[in-house]
Amino acid sequence: MNARRIFTVLWPAVPIIAALLFTAGLLVIYDTSPLDALDSIFQGAFGDQSKVLSVMAFWVPLTLCAVGLVITFTAGLWNIGIEGQLILGSIAASWVALKVNAPAPLQIPLEILAAMLAGALWAAISAVLKTRGKVHEIFSGLALNNLAIILTNYLISGPWQPPEGGTFRGTSPFPDIALLPRFADSRFSPISFVITLIAIGLVYVTLRGTFWGLKLKALGKNPFSSFLLGVASERETILAMMFCGALAGLGGAVRVLSWFDSLRQSISGGIGFLALLVVMLAGYRLLWVPFISFFFSVILNGSITLQLRTQLHSSIGGILTGVLVLLVLLFGDSRIFKFLQQEGKDERA
Amino acid sequence: MNEPEIVRILASVVFASSPLIIAVVGETITERSGIVNLSLDGTMLMAAMSGFVVALTTDSVWIGFIAGAVIGIIFSLIVAFGSITLNKSQVAIGFVLTLLGDDLSAFLGQNYTRTPGPFVKHVGIPLLKDIPIIGPIFFDQSYTVYFAFILVIAAWWYLNRTQPGLHLRSAGERPEAAFARGVRVNRVRYLYTIVGGALVGIAGAAYSLDVKIGWSDGHIRGLGWIALAIVIFGGWSPIRGALGALLFGATKVLATILQRTFPEVSVVAFNAIPWLLMIFVLLFVGSDFTDRLISYMPRRIQPPLRRLFKISAPMALSTNFVER
Amino acid sequence: MDIDLQDIRKYFGSVKANDGISMHLKGGQIYGLLGENGAGKSTLMKILSGYQPADQGQILLDNQASTFQSPAQALNCGIGMLYQEPLDFPPFKIIDNYLLGRDSRLNLDYKLVEKELNDYFSHYNFELDLQAFVDSLSLGERQQLELIRLLAGGAKALILDEPTTGISAEQKDILFAAMRTIAHEEGRTIILVSHKLDEVQELCDHAFVLQKGRLVGEIDIPCPNEKLVEMMFGQIPERSDRAPLVMDVPKLELLDLTISTYRLRVEHINLTIQAGEVFGLAGLEGSGQGLLQKACAGLIKPESGVILLDGQDVTQWSYHRMQAAQVAYVPAGRLEAGLVAGLSITEHMILAQPEHSFFIDWNEATDLSDSRIEQYQIVGKPDTYADELSGGNQQRLLYALLNSPLKLLLLEHPTRGLDVRSTNWIWDKLYRRRGDGTAIMFMSADLDEIIERSDRIAVFSGGVMSRIVEAKDTDVEELGHLIGGSE
Repeated sequence: MNARRIFTVLWPAVPIIAALLFTAGLLVIYDTSPLDALDSIFQGAFGDQSKVLSVMAFWVPLTLCAVGLVITFTAGLWNIGIEGQLILGSIAASWVALKVNAPAPLQIPLEILAAMLAGALWAAISAVLKTRGKVHEIFSGLALNNLAIILTNYLISGPWQPPEGGTFRGTSPFPDIALLPRFADSRFSPISFVITLIAIGLVYVTLRGTFWGLKLKALGKNPFSSFLLGVASERETILAMMFCGALAGLGGAVRVLSWFDSLRQSISGGIGFLALLVVMLAGYRLLWVPFISFFFSVILNGSITLQLRTQLHSSIGGILTGVLVLLVLLFGDSRIFKFLQQEGKDERA
Repeated sequence: MNEPEIVRILASVVFASSPLIIAVVGETITERSGIVNLSLDGTMLMAAMSGFVVALTTDSVWIGFIAGAVIGIIFSLIVAFGSITLNKSQVAIGFVLTLLGDDLSAFLGQNYTRTPGPFVKHVGIPLLKDIPIIGPIFFDQSYTVYFAFILVIAAWWYLNRTQPGLHLRSAGERPEAAFARGVRVNRVRYLYTIVGGALVGIAGAAYSLDVKIGWSDGHIRGLGWIALAIVIFGGWSPIRGALGALLFGATKVLATILQRTFPEVSVVAFNAIPWLLMIFVLLFVGSDFTDRLISYMPRRIQPPLRRLFKISAPMALSTNFVER
Repeated sequence: MDIDLQDIRKYFGSVKANDGISMHLKGGQIYGLLGENGAGKSTLMKILSGYQPADQGQILLDNQASTFQSPAQALNCGIGMLYQEPLDFPPFKIIDNYLLGRDSRLNLDYKLVEKELNDYFSHYNFELDLQAFVDSLSLGERQQLELIRLLAGGAKALILDEPTTGISAEQKDILFAAMRTIAHEEGRTIILVSHKLDEVQELCDHAFVLQKGRLVGEIDIPCPNEKLVEMMFGQIPERSDRAPLVMDVPKLELLDLTISTYRLRVEHINLTIQAGEVFGLAGLEGSGQGLLQKACAGLIKPESGVILLDGQDVTQWSYHRMQAAQVAYVPAGRLEAGLVAGLSITEHMILAQPEHSFFIDWNEATDLSDSRIEQYQIVGKPDTYADELSGGNQQRLLYALLNSPLKLLLLEHPTRGLDVRSTNWIWDKLYRRRGDGTAIMFMSADLDEIIERSDRIAVFSGGVMSRIVEAKDTDVEELGHLIGGSE
């Protein structure tokens, strides 16, 4: 263990501490003790059973989206459209919940299937636009996100409005059999938790143990060489996006069938975008994702209690996580000093 | 609907679109130099909040605008520094900043929501404003509108008729060739990312100080993303971008009007149009569809048609250039 | 302008690209710079034009020591280089492309520049539409434009890098006429880097020849081509006697094949390669042999003509379909084309296998890697990343990824960067494939290798394939002539 190794291992702590200091600074400016704030967040996340379960209920769709994104990132894609894929999943699950009367044991599986299919197809649109039309997935994703939101608003205020009239808040609540069984009065669905664990395992096995996963890895690192080695980039891009879309759709189903009981206006809760942050902070490493996701969930849910207690806007939680991701992105690489030195040398040469 | 009402509607479209025009021109400049600044939405929210708060506390609208510009510079500087100097992904940095800007603006602006504040006064230009139809639409507006128009023309002139403008464009098209010609590519990219960012900041402030006065959580959320879309839709040209912004403003107004007469044909269709348009434009940019279409036209009008529809992204957009 | 290069040295690692080159060039003369690939011509010219610095040595312009850190600075000192791919801006209008960097005034003075450009155009007999966009021009026209820009920028010396590759005969005549005016009438110095001996004879007054990083001779032009060839390629030892294994079965047949790209057009190729035959393609970069191989691999669609593989029409087949049909293509690029940085040897092996199971059996894959590593003597372990291997080992890895049996093996510069021992050893392995009926087609810039390893040879020059010669009946001189473009 020489000095360099120690430096490389410890360096990432620097941006983390800087982020904490920044957030603490903000709190101090607003006359709040950072320690009090920390306590509030902690209480907000772990204070009692229902809070812990809320943290878990938020973690589920966030992690589903994030592990899906690991697949698309592996393939070299920036799937900003994940928000829309989640929303389409919610819409599809809502449709089955409201319009399809299946025998009890089939109701929920049908909703889930529909959600995954919808998410996958929505993602496929971006993918085909990219492979056939050379449209970058960031922009098609952006457009499709907005179209998904517009669709949601239309359904809520139009065809699916509750009988008492469109309030723009949500559709009528779904019948009980359509909802995911929840634990104790909370928003947490144990089944969804299990499904998420399975999803994590599935993605892990896919990336590490299947031929397809290896093809994606090659594609993301060098599209031309992998083409020469036999990887059909069009096909794999579409499949990767659909895989991620299915997982995002699943997250959308969980949102609409357990966190809420109906299709709402901000059904996604920004979870799709948050999942992108989670994966970035996890350094695109799959096994880190569930933990970073948990961290995000704790902070963001805890901040709600912080707002109740201190009147500080709950966005402070988003600020902490956002600054953290930014600083780690910019300065997290321990080779930064070497890189800056190299720049200086080249300019003088 | 009679004439004065149409004129009034058009004038309000121009008014409502003017900050968007400013933002679109700003980002067009940045992207022509090769950098994509994805943080627009967050920047505009932060700039709107800061501009309003600063104007409120200093009781001066103009200092509020300066604050907005400063915010824009800070955000774009982070994107520039992270990508040009640290060689990290422009997209990743911009994306994080956009979410961060949203949260920061909500947090820092929490004490100022729904507070009345100063706003830009409406100033008609004497004589010009009396011209029938055109007068009220273009010359009886606020300073934001005038600034937007001057900006569009100035940006077009700078990009297409000046030497520094050539430098800017060369950095975004082919940085290696530009470097060989003596252009300091990364210095150029820094400069125009910051200039573009300042303009985006001014645009954000223009919302809270002029067009959508005041501040509230989620005030203009989504407009930055729309601006990014319009830059593409306008083919990376300031004039076409301004037209795109006006078109966007018009669809919004049309939507509210039509909803009065046809409540079923909902807002949906009109809200969706800009996004569908963006996808179609991108399809045109990527494929040779337009080229082939134009080749079916009579020979004479082909060259001007090609120039009119020449929509191509700067070739080196979003790639980092490491100077040897 | 007089140019003096004094003891120029440039090393890339252990490779001596320029090993102490000294030259004196007088103003008003046209010089030819000759040498085979890897001789050091482009390195030297990149140094002279300011693109990269020399490690040692000096440049004197009109007896003044000069240093420049960029092509723009070099142009200020009077040296301009016309690259094979002109450093212009395709989306710009011609007039904007010209104006960039011309002066530091704020405004673009179109009127002034229009007159200036039109004057230049008529002076050199060029014809260009000022309002057109650069990407609508042909390569020859882009060259003309770049030439004028350099001259207007104050170039007193011009370097032309293989300028006639990819332009029409008329454009070549116009270019050469312009060159004569520029040098003999206007007193500027011109250096023509070319492998086309006839053109060198046509245009130049004097020629320098480089070989393996050194200046091996100079001579006044006109002179017999043999002298040039002798200086370029030196003496080659006698070809060793090796039993060919050519079978009586045609493996690859090309019938009236025409391939066309923006830069080059290869027309009416007729060629049959037998099973077990080793066919060498000689000629320098960009002459058409690379295009031919890519077409045979399915990477480029031919414009017309037929490709038959074992009698089957495969003209329209895609690259992956050819791959599945046991046609292998080994590019020269290594990490840019063929290997993936960040992937291990084992991972490459898995991807390269023809049969894939859904789940990866890592144990099996690692065993396969181990055996291939040993077979091909790669210095590395199964989990070593491709980018961690040295260049030579990367080349070995590319071969280790090949499967057996193959119908057709297409090789681009098979032993570039390998030492003699490795080269022999690789060829040994390649020869063993002939027993499977594999036909091997390879291209190389090394005439030794072409003569030594092939059964038959064809030479490409300017997109034209020469007559086919038997390797055992030909020699360096003949090949040199064919490369130079003569019959």
